Amino acid sequence: MAGDLLGKPIPRIEDRPLLTGRGRFVDDIHLPGMVHAAIVRSPLAHARLRGLHRGRAAAVEGVVAILAAADLEPHLATTTLSVGLPSKAYRLVVDRPVLATDEVRYVGEPVAIIIARSRYIAEDAAALVDLDLEPLPAVSDARLALRPEAPRAHSGAATNVVAEFTMAYGDLDGAFASAAHIVRTSLLQHRGVSHPIECRGAVGHYDAVQDCLVLWSSTQAPHSHARMLVKLLGCDENRVRVVSPDVGGGFGPKLVFYQEDILVALAARIVGAPVKWIEDRREHFMATTQERDQHWDMEIAADATGRILGVRGHMIHDHGAYTARGINLAQNSAQIVPGVYRVPAYELRVTLALTNRVPVSPVRGAGHPQGAFAMERLLDRVAQELGLDRAEVRRRNLIPPEALPYRLPIKTRGGTEMIYDSGDYPACQAAALAAIDYDGFRARQATARAEGRYLGVGIANYMKGTGRGPFESVTIRVGPSGRVSIYSGATAIGQGTKTMLAQICADAIGVDVARITVVTGDTGTIALGHGAASSRQAVNAGTSVHLAALAVRHKLLQAAAIHLEADATDLEIIGGTIRVKGVPAMAVGIGELADALAGLPGYGIPGGLEPGVEASRHALFEALTFAYGTTAAEVEVDIETGAVAIRRYVVAHDSGMMINPMMVDGQILGGAAHGIGNALYEWMGYDAAAQPVTTTSAEYLVPGAPEIPRIEMVHIEIPTPHNPLGVKGVGESGTIPAAAAVVSAVEDALAPFCVRIGETPIRPTRILELIAASRR
Amino acid sequence: MKPPPFKYHDPRTVAETVELLARNENAKILAGGQSLMPMLNMRYVQPDHVIDINRVEGLSYIREAGGRLEIGAMTRQREIEYADLVARRAPIVREAILNVGHRQTRNRGTLGGSLSHLDPAAELPLVSAALEATVHVQGPKGKRDIAMAEFPAGYMSPSIELDEMVIGVTLPVWPDGHGYGFVEFSRRHGDFAIVAAAVLLDVEAGGKIKRASVTVGGVGPSPVRCRDAEKALTGEKGAEAAFRAAAETCRTIDAMEDVYAPAWYRQHLATVMTRRAMVAAFGRAANAR
Repeated sequence: MAGDLLGKPIPRIEDRPLLTGRGRFVDDIHLPGMVHAAIVRSPLAHARLRGLHRGRAAAVEGVVAILAAADLEPHLATTTLSVGLPSKAYRLVVDRPVLATDEVRYVGEPVAIIIARSRYIAEDAAALVDLDLEPLPAVSDARLALRPEAPRAHSGAATNVVAEFTMAYGDLDGAFASAAHIVRTSLLQHRGVSHPIECRGAVGHYDAVQDCLVLWSSTQAPHSHARMLVKLLGCDENRVRVVSPDVGGGFGPKLVFYQEDILVALAARIVGAPVKWIEDRREHFMATTQERDQHWDMEIAADATGRILGVRGHMIHDHGAYTARGINLAQNSAQIVPGVYRVPAYELRVTLALTNRVPVSPVRGAGHPQGAFAMERLLDRVAQELGLDRAEVRRRNLIPPEALPYRLPIKTRGGTEMIYDSGDYPACQAAALAAIDYDGFRARQATARAEGRYLGVGIANYMKGTGRGPFESVTIRVGPSGRVSIYSGATAIGQGTKTMLAQICADAIGVDVARITVVTGDTGTIALGHGAASSRQAVNAGTSVHLAALAVRHKLLQAAAIHLEADATDLEIIGGTIRVKGVPAMAVGIGELADALAGLPGYGIPGGLEPGVEASRHALFEALTFAYGTTAAEVEVDIETGAVAIRRYVVAHDSGMMINPMMVDGQILGGAAHGIGNALYEWMGYDAAAQPVTTTSAEYLVPGAPEIPRIEMVHIEIPTPHNPLGVKGVGESGTIPAAAAVVSAVEDALAPFCVRIGETPIRPTRILELIAASRR
Repeated sequence: MKPPPFKYHDPRTVAETVELLARNENAKILAGGQSLMPMLNMRYVQPDHVIDINRVEGLSYIREAGGRLEIGAMTRQREIEYADLVARRAPIVREAILNVGHRQTRNRGTLGGSLSHLDPAAELPLVSAALEATVHVQGPKGKRDIAMAEFPAGYMSPSIELDEMVIGVTLPVWPDGHGYGFVEFSRRHGDFAIVAAAVLLDVEAGGKIKRASVTVGGVGPSPVRCRDAEKALTGEKGAEAAFRAAAETCRTIDAMEDVYAPAWYRQHLATVMTRRAMVAAFGRAANAR
């Protein structure tokens, strides 16, 4: 029955095929005559590409083609991937070439594509392509890149500053002039690789019968991929179709259109056979975009009671060698610093530096963890300076619920205002503190210290603008089969999107979830779409489904009223049947109605209704809806080894009304695990020559189940007024405050040594160094 | 991450295997495959011949003979983990094996494979060194025995000939009631240790340490016996300060260095891990109580 499904932890409709091995990922696609690709990549971070000798590689039996930049050019309308989100802040346009021509600018940059009968043969041949490279000085560290004498990441460029901007509001000078306390801190924030369980992959297939190029890609955004293919190939929209089949996680970098996407598609057309390329884990380290270093120099002005007067600073952001997405990552970091706090004056100058490392793009959290970390570190410093409890300092600065909606005098990248729409930040912090027994912690800590053990507690608040628009397309159609189909530009990448959409649809129409099929991620089934990113799909696609489903319900009731000769208000939809309330015998199936409304040649549509049972909606969202929360962590530090064990971990958050609490739990848990990895384990290392030094899963530490504690959750449901479901995004919530909370807890545990931690990840060797330094 | 071409061999006997080794240049033996397969896929090794010994008979056993434990080279780590005989007679082996990879990798991984691969941080070479094991190898000229102390020739290089293979190990057994401790530090569960320590203590009535074995892995290129620590422990009665002093002697071991663990950190961990293993071992010794 309508209206009884939202908020229920129904099982995921995705799970049966996935758990029984019947999922269909890109690598499960096998087409007749399919051949396999391997990519020849630059082994150097920066070099002049003087030539490419393919003789030995071409001689390998089973090699079908070796394609370099010059081989592709005749087939392309443009040879660079112009994908950067628009901004006035750019100083340089540095788009990736489809294949490197005369210069390579990061280790892993594609130089050629080998097509062979098997991936084994393709890799054998790739190893035999001789690249004639003349090494050039490489820029590795973003800070060094900004020095005047630094080599240029792109030879001949005037600068390594790819973009710069300032976010500011309020009377900063006044704030700092009148401050009772000014505290400074420097931070090195590192985030790493996204590491979905399924790496990237693509299958290109030129369908000569339909004259259509089909690309199956493990992407979060098939519609923008299709737009890029049209641009690159200079063809009609109806000659390209992009499909995201089952996707084993995305986490941000799969939003990016990569060289391999066009390479695979184009190679399929050139060699006249389907081409498959599956990224291996080593390639993922070197060739998939990642987040990386941000260097922050910050200061905060506070009055005598610890109230914030102003925050200012400078941040250097490692952009990598090209623009693969935009400057949105740095923008996110900058605009979220004030977060849930009243900050009367704020200025952050941001410099984005080109380096000879793989391009940077958002990973789950997308710059927000760094913004939160900067603010939370500053508040810890204020607490230490004033001798106040860290939670109390935060409480004094939280925006109170009566101040909502609260306008932050900062514009989003699209130029719209940042308005915190709904919530209760102090209540959320209080809930987290209660859940972790913050008040009882000092006693636990004292007992442990007496035993020579070092316990600490840390808290961190966060804010995340979710539900980024402009819209997500949805069509809902009821067919003569009695089945309900949802088509959406949303993309299901493992997070339960299909269940979410089906659940909203079933709730609005009143049909069973089992009657619904959800088709996502296929440009052949719906014209427009934006896909999975920015914690946006429940808000955008969810609202479109809700509105389209209500329209479908209305249509079904209209048609049933005519069919049953009853008043529409006397009808109810139960499962797949519409019946007169109280008279079960007076009923009609929704399939029968769809059949009638599909019409017959020469016969009218009953009641003169519009044909068909379907509705399309693209609910528009200009404003973000702001999710927020508090994480509290209790840790134990082994001061002999530097190891950190998380004893308790609480996430209190408000993501608005929950559609499916079980899936919300999953998002929070996975997000927290991701953030804990950033806090303690994950480090993507490069040496001074910009060679990556952590390119296996033994060197780059993704935490496993034993490293992740039980994540305790407090769900606060305050509906947003921005959409009829009252939902806010949740996909990134767990990640954002994690590093700030964990590092704060480690610092608290080490309070007897007065260490100050301003970096992530915080690793055992560094902890021992800090302790040793405090003893000197 | 696909291996380059190689010829695959599937022998059924040790004699056939060593003959294949003798006949083919650049050959590698495939045992449990938990190290070799990833190394092949990453092209770290590029053998022309892979000799799969999973169907070679007679290499999987755990038995007691002449007061010693004998374990076949192809005995799976999981079988050793679950063997009552091992738990009774050489409990430190079981303790060590719980730190070897994950249960899924232990289902495949073998004792002989771990010894032959000889990763500097691997638990099984470490515990073999601690117990003063004898490694049995066979080549075209027959069988020979190598003391574990002589087995490593260098970093990841066992001192066996190219046409020889490890066929089994004999482990001396310590007296009933001896103390044992195996402690390691790794960043994640199942990772190779950064540093691991194995300690065996024979404690006589009255609580005095009669004999000690202290070995660390992950610090040097192969397991290092800490003779100074052993000497320092002998005659001691379990005082914390004595363990601390004995463990401190491990700080001067020549240590390897990589992006994750600088030499000073490995040396420091050697003192911490050996001390913790000493405390654990003493606590388990029957006569210490």
